[in-house]
Amino acid sequence: MSDSIQVPKSFQEIILRLQTYWAEKGCAVLQPYDMEVGAGTFHPATTLRSLGTQPWAAAYVQPSRRPTDGRYGENPNRLQHYYQYQVVIKPSPPDLQELYLGSLMAIGVDMSLHDIRFVEDDWESPTLGAWGLGWEVWCDGMEVSQFTYFQQVGGHDCHPVSGELTYGLERLAMYILGVDHVMDMPFNDPQTPIALTYGDIFKQTEEEYARWNFDTADTEVLLRHFEEAETHCREILDAPHEDPKTGKRIIMVHPAYDQCIKASHVFNLLDARGVISVTERQAYIGRVRALAKACADAFVQTSAGGWQPESAA
Amino acid sequence: MPDLLIELFSEEIPARMQRRAARDLKKMVTDGLVDAGLTYASAAEFSTPRRLALTVEGVLAASPTTVEERKGPRADAPQKAIEGFLRGAGVTRDQLEERETPKGAVFFARIEKTGRPAADIIAEVLEHAVRNFPWPKSMRWGTGALRWVRPLHSILCILGDEAGTEVVPLEIDGIAAADRTAGHRFHAADRFSVTSFEDYVSKLKRAFVLLDPAERADAIWHDATNLAFANGLEVVEDRDLLAEVAGLVEWPVVLMGQIGDDFLGLPPEVLQTSMKEHQKFFSVRNPKTGRIERFITVANRETADVGATILAGNEKVLSARLADAKFFWDNDLRTIEAVGLEGMAKPLAQVTFHNKLGTQAERIVRIEALAREIAPLVGAKPDLAAEAARIAKADLTSEMVYEFPELQGLMGRYYAQAAGHDDGVPQACEEHYAPLGPSDGVPTAPVSVAVALADKIDTLTGFWAIDEKPTGSKDPFALRRAALGVIRIVLENQLTASLTGFIKKAGGLVAENSEGAADPTAGHYAADLLSFLHDRLKVYLRDQGVRHDIIDACIAMPGNDDLTLLVKRARALAEVLQTDDGENLIQGFKRANNILTQAEAADGVEYSYGADVKFAETDAERALFEALDRAEAAITPAMKAEEFGKAMAAMAALRAPIDAFFETVKINADNATVRRNRLNLLSRITRLCTSVADLTRIEG
Repeated sequence: MSDSIQVPKSFQEIILRLQTYWAEKGCAVLQPYDMEVGAGTFHPATTLRSLGTQPWAAAYVQPSRRPTDGRYGENPNRLQHYYQYQVVIKPSPPDLQELYLGSLMAIGVDMSLHDIRFVEDDWESPTLGAWGLGWEVWCDGMEVSQFTYFQQVGGHDCHPVSGELTYGLERLAMYILGVDHVMDMPFNDPQTPIALTYGDIFKQTEEEYARWNFDTADTEVLLRHFEEAETHCREILDAPHEDPKTGKRIIMVHPAYDQCIKASHVFNLLDARGVISVTERQAYIGRVRALAKACADAFVQTSAGGWQPESAA
Repeated sequence: MPDLLIELFSEEIPARMQRRAARDLKKMVTDGLVDAGLTYASAAEFSTPRRLALTVEGVLAASPTTVEERKGPRADAPQKAIEGFLRGAGVTRDQLEERETPKGAVFFARIEKTGRPAADIIAEVLEHAVRNFPWPKSMRWGTGALRWVRPLHSILCILGDEAGTEVVPLEIDGIAAADRTAGHRFHAADRFSVTSFEDYVSKLKRAFVLLDPAERADAIWHDATNLAFANGLEVVEDRDLLAEVAGLVEWPVVLMGQIGDDFLGLPPEVLQTSMKEHQKFFSVRNPKTGRIERFITVANRETADVGATILAGNEKVLSARLADAKFFWDNDLRTIEAVGLEGMAKPLAQVTFHNKLGTQAERIVRIEALAREIAPLVGAKPDLAAEAARIAKADLTSEMVYEFPELQGLMGRYYAQAAGHDDGVPQACEEHYAPLGPSDGVPTAPVSVAVALADKIDTLTGFWAIDEKPTGSKDPFALRRAALGVIRIVLENQLTASLTGFIKKAGGLVAENSEGAADPTAGHYAADLLSFLHDRLKVYLRDQGVRHDIIDACIAMPGNDDLTLLVKRARALAEVLQTDDGENLIQGFKRANNILTQAEAADGVEYSYGADVKFAETDAERALFEALDRAEAAITPAMKAEEFGKAMAAMAALRAPIDAFFETVKINADNATVRRNRLNLLSRITRLCTSVADLTRIEG
């Protein structure tokens, strides 16, 4: 078996192989969500689509931002901006573990030489009002993925249950490529004329954002943004379901959810600026969760969320 | 008689749940079988990360047929009553038999329960067990409604004897029982059939699965110690970790790896914590130096390169983690060098302890003042106690503790040493949190005791002052634990001090930092907190076999905020109550007390004074006077000297004269003077006895 496994040469090759693999397994390969999020789970393709009864299968890369994790690009594995690979399938197929292991083989992990383990890890997102049971997947003692069966999202029980896989791409790729510092990792093929490392692309941005996140982001502006996003989210959801212009039933869940995402990210920025006290933290998280719940409540009233006109009465 | 084999095969079960789940499966199935009339010879349970298994040997092939006769209503009872009886007994009207009884004609039902084949019963019992399994957390998956700890994939359920083996027909939400299972996920994934428990165990072994968790743990420990020994090293024993690791693998392969030289200078606890908590590694120690030099990891498979890739990966992960730890350690030491530990503690002024109780820094000031006060009583120098209190929580701001919260206190000790503190101060930094639980050690070093007590009394007093007391199962600030900590520190160090004094002092300090806090002198919370401490003391002593009524009898006495004194009194009382004299004295005391109370109620006066031997008419009466004089002469100085044993013994000596008095003397004498004198004598008995302990609270 090990003869047939080709070790990838670059970060992007690992991403491309994951895209191909999950496309072959029937997932719609989506693109990243065009807003700042803390994790791939925030993409509406996961949060909202895991609600309701409609079948769903999607895979995508999601750039994710965690302002407090910024280290000016100096720490070998901590970044304030990084990539997650996210797979979400509803209902969770019975062979999801095998499908997942297949994806590891596809990106060059030789199962006959490595030790893969499923170690208990219950997932909970207090900001999304979501939880699930599953594992962190270990490869030779290193956590390479999160594997979760969603039980609840936005306060709604998941029926059917979605299976969610999240790969921390940089860490996984560094392991496969044998790189010790993320900035040294080849982003494209190191044999090409213009070979670029991860550091060529992101060292400077990590510095810039670390400085901004920690020291210069205008907290008053951010606090105002938070309030505005919160208010706006509520207003969008409070609008009548019937659109006066078209006469159609249009519940504006996604625009409202965008405001929820925004509030969540602004909260993360405020946290990195150190202006949120321990006691306030819980209150802020509770406010974002309330928005996520309101969006979830609205989503199940839409056709993508399984709503049918005849069930309206 | 047939044997039963059950296996529930699922995705990976959390290690910490496996053994309990296997035991629950055994209990649910065997209880169910026995309830249905199927006895068995023996049963044993097993677990791996992916399966729970149960073997039950010598099961009855069928449950026996039973006949039960049930008495019904009278033959002339209303139709409704008869119908109800028929429904309850599950019989029809023509099956009832009418019999003459002394109460008239009565219906009897003969209920025959036909025996059922074992397979039918097993199918029901197992289905019930699966559907009602007590997982600590369970989940749904796919489109189903069934709950299990992780998706359940297959059920193996076979019943076999010499004649052959049959699959017990059973289907739960689309999962049909069969005789098949699968081996190791990577070594032998194909499914195979089994015919018996022996066949199951041996085929699993060939498929790289050791079924018995104890066998896996033994194999791991055996291989780990051998591997270490061959290198002149020893494995640091850790039973919890061993049990957990045995639950993470079906086919354990032990590997020993290197810790980079750069990291060997880290405190051993930091190495151990990093390795155990995050990586589930065992620490390997050099017995000559006591230093942790290597690690043992347990893989779940064999490989062609004999684990080289796996080990290299694990070493790399560990290096990354330890590089973080070393980075924190170096940064922390640099901070300490620059600003000292008190400087390191500065950011605590920005950390809210509780929004009504001020910041951590304010709390530290309170603890310092309180520790100063306590120090002389525990034999510590006040200045040292204060110094320790000021820096004991500095490590909370360290990078190391931020990353590894479980190292709080321990890092405090290392950092205090590094900052040049001495004389028991570093030790106090570590120990001032103790005891953390009922089995955790109690500090005994004077400086540690002073700070540990001050810390807990401040916590308790603070939350009492703002009325945030534990209720029912809710105790978010772990105040019961803090109270037990106070009790154990006081008792195990034999400290004699008034807790009320400390609580009031602490309350005054809290009031300065808090707008919402009640004034300890005006409010009643100091008394309320003391009674909470008494309640916890009762629980603590009950676990040590001291009766609650004995403790109550002593709590009712003055000086009850000195717990050492209180417990001394309780133990002396418990001891004397175990003697014949003691037990009978209680009866005599109660009799005296009852007669006295009734007479006082009837007469509307209090008989409390003036018993005089000159009105005594009998020898028994005079003897009691003498005995009381003797007892009083012994009890008063003994109580003053807190020699409770002596006082109790003197009290117990009253038993014979009291008994004799009650046997021969009529209290309610016709002569009013004599009667009053006798009642006053009873009052002397009760007053003398209750000066030792409140015997009215003793039960029985």
